[in-house]
Amino acid sequence: MRVYFDYNATSPMAEDAAAAVTSAGRETFGNPSSVHHFGQRAKAVLDEARSAVATLLHGDPSEVVFTSGGTEADNAAIRGAADALEPSGKRHLVASAIEHEAVLNTFKALARRGWSTTLVPVGSTGIVDPDRVLEAITPGTALVSVMQANNEIGTIQPIAEIARMAREHGALMHTDAVQSIGKIPVDVRALGVDLLSLSAHKFNGPKGAGVLWIKRGVRMLPILTGGKHERNRRAGTENVPAIAGLAAAARLAAQKVDAEGLRLGALRDRLEAGILNAVDGTAVNGAGPRVPNTTNISFDRVEAESLLIALDLEGIAVSTGSACSSGTLEPSHVLRAMGLPTHRTQNSLRFSLGLYSTEQEVDRVVDVLPRLVDKLRKVGRR
Amino acid sequence: MTRVDPSRRIVVAMSGGVDSSVAAALLAEQGHDVIGLSMQLYDQSDPTRSFGSCCSLDDLHDARRVAAVIDIPHYIMNFEKQFDAQVVDNFVKEYAAGRTPLPCAHCNSDLKFATLADRATGLGAEFVATGHYARVDYDDATRRYRLRRGVDRAKDQSYFLFSLSQAQLARAIFPVGDLPKEDVRDYARRLRLPVADNPDSQEICFIPDVDSASFVKQRAPEAALPGEVVDEAGHVLGGHEGIHRFTVGQRRGLGVSSPTGAPLYVIALRPAAATVVVGPKASLERTTLTASSVNWIDAQARVSRRITAQIRHRHQAAPASVCAIGDVSAAEGTPASRAEVIFDEPQIAITPGQAVVFYDGDAVVGGGWID
Repeated sequence: MRVYFDYNATSPMAEDAAAAVTSAGRETFGNPSSVHHFGQRAKAVLDEARSAVATLLHGDPSEVVFTSGGTEADNAAIRGAADALEPSGKRHLVASAIEHEAVLNTFKALARRGWSTTLVPVGSTGIVDPDRVLEAITPGTALVSVMQANNEIGTIQPIAEIARMAREHGALMHTDAVQSIGKIPVDVRALGVDLLSLSAHKFNGPKGAGVLWIKRGVRMLPILTGGKHERNRRAGTENVPAIAGLAAAARLAAQKVDAEGLRLGALRDRLEAGILNAVDGTAVNGAGPRVPNTTNISFDRVEAESLLIALDLEGIAVSTGSACSSGTLEPSHVLRAMGLPTHRTQNSLRFSLGLYSTEQEVDRVVDVLPRLVDKLRKVGRR
Repeated sequence: MTRVDPSRRIVVAMSGGVDSSVAAALLAEQGHDVIGLSMQLYDQSDPTRSFGSCCSLDDLHDARRVAAVIDIPHYIMNFEKQFDAQVVDNFVKEYAAGRTPLPCAHCNSDLKFATLADRATGLGAEFVATGHYARVDYDDATRRYRLRRGVDRAKDQSYFLFSLSQAQLARAIFPVGDLPKEDVRDYARRLRLPVADNPDSQEICFIPDVDSASFVKQRAPEAALPGEVVDEAGHVLGGHEGIHRFTVGQRRGLGVSSPTGAPLYVIALRPAAATVVVGPKASLERTTLTASSVNWIDAQARVSRRITAQIRHRHQAAPASVCAIGDVSAAEGTPASRAEVIFDEPQIAITPGQAVVFYDGDAVVGGGWID
């Protein structure tokens, strides 16, 4: 039995999504910008997809801009807002210290262009304190970007509260919702955000499709220039097959999020309790509200890199930290930001469950782990 | 290889080169449970460091592609810190001390068959295989593991493996040691391994552009002090920009002209005074040397023994006698384990910091670091 517990990295396509991709690639293959029948059919697929995403987010279809994925959506949000607001004299950005690299490295790029940036620290819970965000906001702040759920530990951030503060101080609010869509209900109006990023392949859609949701009236400049696609907000022929798959996954997510949340929460809790009980010297990283599918666990006296490989050799796929260019592991910037000691940033594994995860899989992981950990600890002691 | 039960798990250290790729392929073909591990040895995120003959980003990709072709699991482990501490640091210190280091030997005994082997144990693998041209087997009579030269004498790498302990040799497998290089390449081509025609690695993997001097200066600026070039009588012939730029036996780039017109060679390096001593070729000749941290693979060799001794990678091993000196019962491989080698004929450029390896025919009797 192979066990895939790395849904936060990516997920398999749902059947409906795969069927939609194929259909849009073979039947409705036209260029949505074309005037003729084939173009119109493809345009209709895009329109339907926009509606599906709007339903999922409780927004309006006109606010949905399709991108190549979460990273492009984050880039478009931050750079697009920065470009639009630069003439007004705003030159400051705020984010949490535990954002995804798509946000952090875009901040760095803007810093090289003369923008100043503030990364708000998090405590050991892995949750951003809105008061710290407030302290960071200045009259020159153009945008605040805080992820809705953290990819490594799953903690849910108080976005609505932070968005209110941003709004009160004239800054735009962006949230990277890549890890929350499909796991918890997401309502852009209730959150009060101006910009939201999502990525299809994290919720059983295809890779290569994402969305930047832009609240009506928010002024942005496009980061890709070219034709007049996506209402001049994102140039380039839309990836219709992937967007059709995204839409199918969005419908599934909207329909199943409550039930799946409960089911995954129970599985995750069973896994977490099972591991803490079966393996001594373990601890869960992060506390407070979390997305229901994720747990991040430290294993004392074990190199996470080795445990990950040992698990893979048993057919169990999990992950840790963030992979670098060659695929080796670097100490997690998230766990470091939470103030964990160095050894714990290097001995932690992330287990993330999803649509096809089962109780048998959970039990298999709990069954296999103690032996592997034991073996690795013996070597460590030599 | 016959000593390994086919069901046993074997970790293969895959550098991305043709030799370790074929080593992995051979073991997989024999039905072993093979895991490919590649070591990331330095920060790959800096695009200006795209040099190299081994373990660069391209090589790691090559290793991954090979693993996919032969259908074995493959992982890259980050050994940057360990490599820096076990290999690079020593390399720099040796140059700073006026010696000429041999990092590949340290990498074998202090990294591949140490850190990597420990990781292998953790993954349930008893054996560690590499793509070295050498052979290892167990001698029932002496109850010790033997290390022998690779069958392809032109490619033999036993010189770089002399410091492996008995425990390390017990876990070592060298699948290409029985093969000529051409067979290895043919095998790789037959399996359509994407590395079949990669050039052989030559340089030191972590030194960009074969420029050790700049590397050492950057890492240890205090060692890169200018000094004088003197002849054997102490006459100053000129200046230099740091003894780390020189190695005993070097002829080119001395920056001084010979008063007699005869070619000059580096005879000795004196780090304390930052002095480079030069002289005629005849002054490079020595018939004796001593070595430290001597590893005895054949335990009986400690008593005076006729051998051939090899003093650098590309040196024809020369007839000599070796015997343990000092604390003759010192543990193998520890600094106090020392030996003296007396050559039958004078040898050119016995270089401190390089290894001297003792052979009895094909068998490595032992070896140590030249004082």
